[in-house]
Order: sequence, then structure tokens, then C-alpha cells
Amino acid sequence: MPAPRTGESLLRTAHQLIVEHDDIASTLELPRLASRVDVIREICRHLAPYQAGERPIGGATVIAKDLTIDSLAIMDMVMELEDSFDVSIPMNLVAEIHTVDQLADTILDLRAKR
Amino acid sequence: MGLFDRHAGLLEAYRDVRTTGADPFQIRMERVLSPTEAIINGRKMLLVGTNNYFGLTFDPSCMEAAIEAIRAEGTGTTGSRIANGSYTEHVLLEQEIAEFYGKKHCMVFTTGYQANLGVISTLVGQGDHLLIDADSHASIYDACKMTQAEVVRFKHNDPSSLASRLRRLGDKPGNRLVILEGIYSMLGDSAPLREFIDVCKKYNAYVLVDEAHSLGALGETGRGLCEATGVLDDCHFIVGTFSKTLGAIGGYCVSDDPDFDILRVTVRSYMFTASLPPSIVASVRQALRVVKAKPELRKQLWDNVATLYDGLAAQGFKLGPEHGPVVGVHLPDRMTAIGFWRAMLDAGIYVNVAVPPATPNGVSLLRCSVCAVHTPEQLQHMIEVMTGIGRQLGVISGTPKLRVVGGSR
Repeated sequence: MPAPRTGESLLRTAHQLIVEHDDIASTLELPRLASRVDVIREICRHLAPYQAGERPIGGATVIAKDLTIDSLAIMDMVMELEDSFDVSIPMNLVAEIHTVDQLADTILDLRAKR
Repeated sequence: MGLFDRHAGLLEAYRDVRTTGADPFQIRMERVLSPTEAIINGRKMLLVGTNNYFGLTFDPSCMEAAIEAIRAEGTGTTGSRIANGSYTEHVLLEQEIAEFYGKKHCMVFTTGYQANLGVISTLVGQGDHLLIDADSHASIYDACKMTQAEVVRFKHNDPSSLASRLRRLGDKPGNRLVILEGIYSMLGDSAPLREFIDVCKKYNAYVLVDEAHSLGALGETGRGLCEATGVLDDCHFIVGTFSKTLGAIGGYCVSDDPDFDILRVTVRSYMFTASLPPSIVASVRQALRVVKAKPELRKQLWDNVATLYDGLAAQGFKLGPEHGPVVGVHLPDRMTAIGFWRAMLDAGIYVNVAVPPATPNGVSLLRCSVCAVHTPEQLQHMIEVMTGIGRQLGVISGTPKLRVVGGSR
């Protein structure tokens, strides 16, 4: 896993706490600062290894089509994002997500509903 | 757009595989000689990839039982149990499996795939929550496509990952059903079942364990991981298959739930397919008796597992995380795996090759399955062959341990 860059350390710490000490996770003050920009940045970080060609990955990127990622790797990425943002994204919702924007909006919607 | 155009990527990958000279997905066994040997491409091959864990496919008592059943009741049932009725032997087989597990109910299916597909997709419905291990078998994933329940994956063999997903459900209505496997079919690793059960109890979730690869292999009497970890009573549903240790085909599900039998008129993969033929039911009943009567087969299996696993590990191969009747050998990429597989075939040894997308985390594997009746010589030979090929392909370090006569050891 790449070293955390500046600005991501808060998120990363919370993520590790959730995994290792699940019992106390619900009492933690999770980063409420997860703005749309943060979510998209985190998604793009996961997708970076699958970039095809020079075209940068952004909100409009169609995940399964514009990148070299396969369906299993998409589901594994979703699992990581679930833990980063403390939401669960049911598989039937994942099937309807095509772009980075849609994935970010789904995560933000689910966070808002908690 | 043609019907097959959307498979273009797969067709290309498949072409890559086939142009290497042999097609691992269309191997023809010209004649099967025993649980460990067959004629392939006109040559006798050692079989180390058939899931035949106890070697019962050629057990004389099982074979005789099947032959007798054909003479007595014919070759097939020609219909489903719902439409055409059950044979006495179907009912007896169900009673015997229920008794084996100490559970009240058992339903038998025509394949293990259909057991998982039908039971899992029917147990949960609209408003329920299905939680599956990320490395689940295809039959479990296909059940997820059929159910109306919300499906969430958790990290493979990670109880804390399951716990966080159950916690997030909070007080949402709906049942929670968690799906686990006794032994996972690609890397041969077992679930930390006790820890999972603790999590499921805490969040009031039902548990279904698929013991397809662990029936016979694990537990004091061969009932699988549920028995080995002492949680038989905590597993609400246990699914398994007749096609591996029991040497035939078919699937089952056992449970103590008083309303279990309603599944007979709700599970479509049970209702709308022909039931098992008499010969299969007879050989499976006999195979179950053999499993109970010959615990030494389990010991032989694990001795053989140790020989193969430890032997390959000592040569520097990267293997699955623990001893198991499936030994998965990690290879760096798809084409190396295909090349290794074909070199093994050329050397007279048949194993399975598993490449993405059929494998977890995109790994490429040679998948070996060990049989209780493999001889130590057969397995030693296999280790030698694999070591040679591994060095040739640069998968393991190529420095053979040379010893000088009279030199220090």
C-alpha cells in the first residue's frame, strides 16, 4: 500500500481503527469532513493503477469501460471504500454505478442516511 | 452487434491459452483407471486435480451398490420429486445425512451448485440482508443474483470485516444471513469459524456453512469445519456435496429449523429439475457408511497433504496459507500458470489451472487436490517434477543443492 499523502492521514487512521477495533468504532467521531471532493479523490487513488493511456481519471470516467479494471477488482475496491467511509454498498447498487461521480454520490447518499 | 461480441475480451484471453498447445478447459480423459490415474492424450497420467479426497469413486462397495440399484430401479427417475414423487432411497439418504449431522432435517439436491443456489436465494428475500465472504464459490454469487435481499461482501476470512458490515445495518429491519465455507476451493484455507460465529451471535445473524470441500476431511467424524471447531449447534444451515469426498454427484442442506421443509415447495432448483438417479443415491449412501467406518482415510489424506504441501514449500513455492486437501500454488501471472500447467501435463501429471477472473485477488494458480489413496511415491515424484519445471520457468530459485561425495552435509 502506498504511503499516505498529506491530507489523507486522518481518514486512514479512522479506517484502521474500524478494522482493528470494531467494537469501539461506533463511538468514534468519524471524519465528517468527507466532502464530495474527498470521496472522489479517494476513489481515484484506488483506480490509479488501472489507468489506460494518458487520459486522467475523473468524475466522468466510466469505471468498467475506460479503465483496465475487471469486475472482481471493482468489487474489491468497493469493499475498501466501504470501510474508508463506513458505509455498506449493496451489490445491486454497485451494478447500477458506472462513473466515478455516480460511485461518489452513492457513498455520500449512504453516509447521509446513516 | 453479434451475440458473442460482449465476450470479445474473454475470447481473446481464451485464444491465448489455447495457442500454447493444450486447452486446460477441454481436457479429455480417454480412460479413467483409478482415483489417481487416467489415460490422457494416449498416456497414463497421475491425477492430482480431481477433488476425489477419499478416492471413493472406485470403492468396490460403492460401485456394487450403484450397480445393484440400477438393476433394481433403473437408470433414472425421469422427473422431479415434486412432480414424480420420491423414491424410498431419496428419503433414506436424507434421513442418514440428517442423522450424520445430528440435525432434524435434510434436503437432497441434484448438484451441490443447485443446493447453494436454491437454498441461499430462497432463505432471504426482500428487506433481508445477505452477507457473503468475498472469496465465495460461484454458486453463492449466483444465488446473490437471484435473491431480492440486499447483498454485501466482507473481506475473506475476516470476522472484523463482517462485524463492521453487520454493525452498519444497525436496527434496520430484516433477517441477516451470513454465508461461509469450510474450506475454500482455490487456496484450501479454512474459515476462522468460531470467531465468525461469535460475531453472528452478537448481531443475531443466521449462519450457513458450505462444507463442500471439508466433508470427510475435517472434524473427528468427518462432518467438516463445523465439527472441527465445535460449532455444529450454532450453524443454522450446513450445505455440502456428494461430488467430492463421496465420489458421486449431488448436494444437500441440513438444518434444525422446524419449518425447513417448506423449502421443498419454494426452492426452484429443487422443484424444477430431475431428482438424483437410484445408482447415485445408492453409491452415496454407501460412501457415507465408508466415511464413518474408515476414519483412517482422513488420516491418510492429511498425511498426503503434509507430504505435498511441505515438500513444495521446502522447494520455495508460494502456497495457500495453510495445509488443506486443496493445495494452491501461486504463480506470477496467467501465462506462466498456463505454461506450468502444460509442462506438468507433458510430464504426466494432471492438475488444475486457475486464472482470473475465477480466482480471488486476480491470482494465477496451479490448483492441486490431494487424495487419501495417493501413494507417497506418487507425491514425491510430483514434487520433483514441479521443482524441475519451477526452476526452468524461474518461479523458484534455480540453485540445486549439490552435495559432494564425502563432503559435509
